[in-house]
Amino acid sequence: MVDLRVKIGALSLANPVMPASGTFADGLAQIVPFERLGALVAKTVTAELRSGNPTPRVAEVEQGMLNSIGIPSKGVAHFIATTLPFYRRFKSPLVVSISAPSADAFADLAAQFNLPGIAAIEANISCPNIEEGGKAFAMSPRATDAVVARLRAVTGMPLWVKLTPNTSDVASVARAAANAGADALVVANTILAMSIDIETFKPRLGNIVGGLSGPAVKPIVVRMTYQCAKAVDIPVIGCGGISSAEDAIEYMLAGASAVQVGTATFLRPQAMLDVIEGIAAFCARKGIAKVSALTGAVGDADMAIDALEAVP
Amino acid sequence: MEALLPKVRPVPAASERNAADVTALVVAHASVNAEYRHLVLHAPDPAPRAVAGQFFHLECPQTDRDKPFLRRPMSVYKADPRAGQVEFLYKVAGVGTRGLATLACGHTLRMLGPLGIGFSLARDWRGIVVLARGVGLATLAPLAEMAAARGIGVSAVLSARGPAQLMSVARFTQIGARVDTVFDSDGSSAPDNVEAIMRRLVDGGRADAFFTCGSNRLMLLLQRLGRELSVPGQVAMEQQMACGLGMCFCCVRNFKVANAVISRRVCWEGPVFDLDEALSW
Repeated sequence: MVDLRVKIGALSLANPVMPASGTFADGLAQIVPFERLGALVAKTVTAELRSGNPTPRVAEVEQGMLNSIGIPSKGVAHFIATTLPFYRRFKSPLVVSISAPSADAFADLAAQFNLPGIAAIEANISCPNIEEGGKAFAMSPRATDAVVARLRAVTGMPLWVKLTPNTSDVASVARAAANAGADALVVANTILAMSIDIETFKPRLGNIVGGLSGPAVKPIVVRMTYQCAKAVDIPVIGCGGISSAEDAIEYMLAGASAVQVGTATFLRPQAMLDVIEGIAAFCARKGIAKVSALTGAVGDADMAIDALEAVP
Repeated sequence: MEALLPKVRPVPAASERNAADVTALVVAHASVNAEYRHLVLHAPDPAPRAVAGQFFHLECPQTDRDKPFLRRPMSVYKADPRAGQVEFLYKVAGVGTRGLATLACGHTLRMLGPLGIGFSLARDWRGIVVLARGVGLATLAPLAEMAAARGIGVSAVLSARGPAQLMSVARFTQIGARVDTVFDSDGSSAPDNVEAIMRRLVDGGRADAFFTCGSNRLMLLLQRLGRELSVPGQVAMEQQMACGLGMCFCCVRNFKVANAVISRRVCWEGPVFDLDEALSW
């Protein structure tokens, strides 16, 4: 019997598989018993009411999809009154994803979630920072340090920080988040991308640009997970194009302590369950007693990255 | 009538829904005309318990030419729990439906559903009017059968480019529906003529409610008539989808509710919506 338990800082998970924020909601409970997931990650909530972006909000590309949803949100009161009681019915730990347009607003929002029934806060700092001309917080180590420090000051809850892949130096951003008090990193959000319909000459998203997810992004985010795990001592949660146990194992070998499954759930709603079962079967086949032994077990000890290939 | 079918229907919680991701077997698949194909599947429970207006999210096959990444939503053309069958009528229009068109008898298809909220019929309605064009016929044919089974008379106005593009007339006539056909080819599908037909049906006491699908122009016409003549209505909408389960918020459309514009998910709060609240798409 393989021990699937993993620890993300002080938080223990029954297995390393959880949904990515924005790809999970009550509707999936028809298909997936939520008790079987390592954690539940709610859709990002904002303090203000947001209606989201114009349609089309999705465009499919080779081996992936673009989305520009725009974080529609009914606000904190609705979340606490409706969403939170729903998720509290399940024993799996609940992770609340939050987003805000400034470091102060982030802190104000996080402070409202010091509530029973919430296991961790995931700060989605891939969103635009109005104090930096709309650049995402997680594009720069300095903005990341500022927002994570403010968050750390207002919450004693496990604080996960979700990074953006749209940065030139993800390892430095990871270090900034860890040094400012993050308990874990989620690597990463979607990759900024664009697609044009050549028949109509129109962008295929109403927002012109959007985030790429799905198998197409996996090798890029595996690399970022590897870099971040090398750069920090806190756990890294891998997220990007995971649709099978093999993908999840690859992320863990690169340094991830746990994984988030997103777009794959849209294609196969039971994808997370298949990943959990597949990881257990893999460990059993390999004679690995604890899944946590996979974390960072990539065989790179006698290897090095050529300096000319190491940027960013 | 208003009391029996309140305008703001509560949206069922996940625990009140019954979707499952099942593997269905193709038992028939044939062309209906130059554009449309009719797919019949033997599918395990709960798929055949789908009701009119609900849809499935189909895992369309990949081909050498087409690699559909996302599933494709498709409304139910027929669902028969006794036969264990689900049927779709679809137009081959792009990457997903070209893949779907390659399915042969004996092949399997993964399908998630039944999804969404279907049509509602009030107990005291005696007659409904359905106005359908294009693929909207596929969505409204099972509604006509559901109404007939409850003793509600059906008047159908079916619109198409020409007689060759008209489908499913037998589905309506078999249940005793009164059918009017209108075409672009002879000008009878012009808004003025369709409006005149609708007014005659209302005057004849045949329209306790309007139903439509498949045309923005016809939706707006029915909405205007419904407001003028105090006839309630429902419209089935389409939108691009990723998940089909209310998670991704890709499939939103705007609605006007009490002077405010709000967005709703077609997959979760729909695909059938109150006609009066619909906005042009």
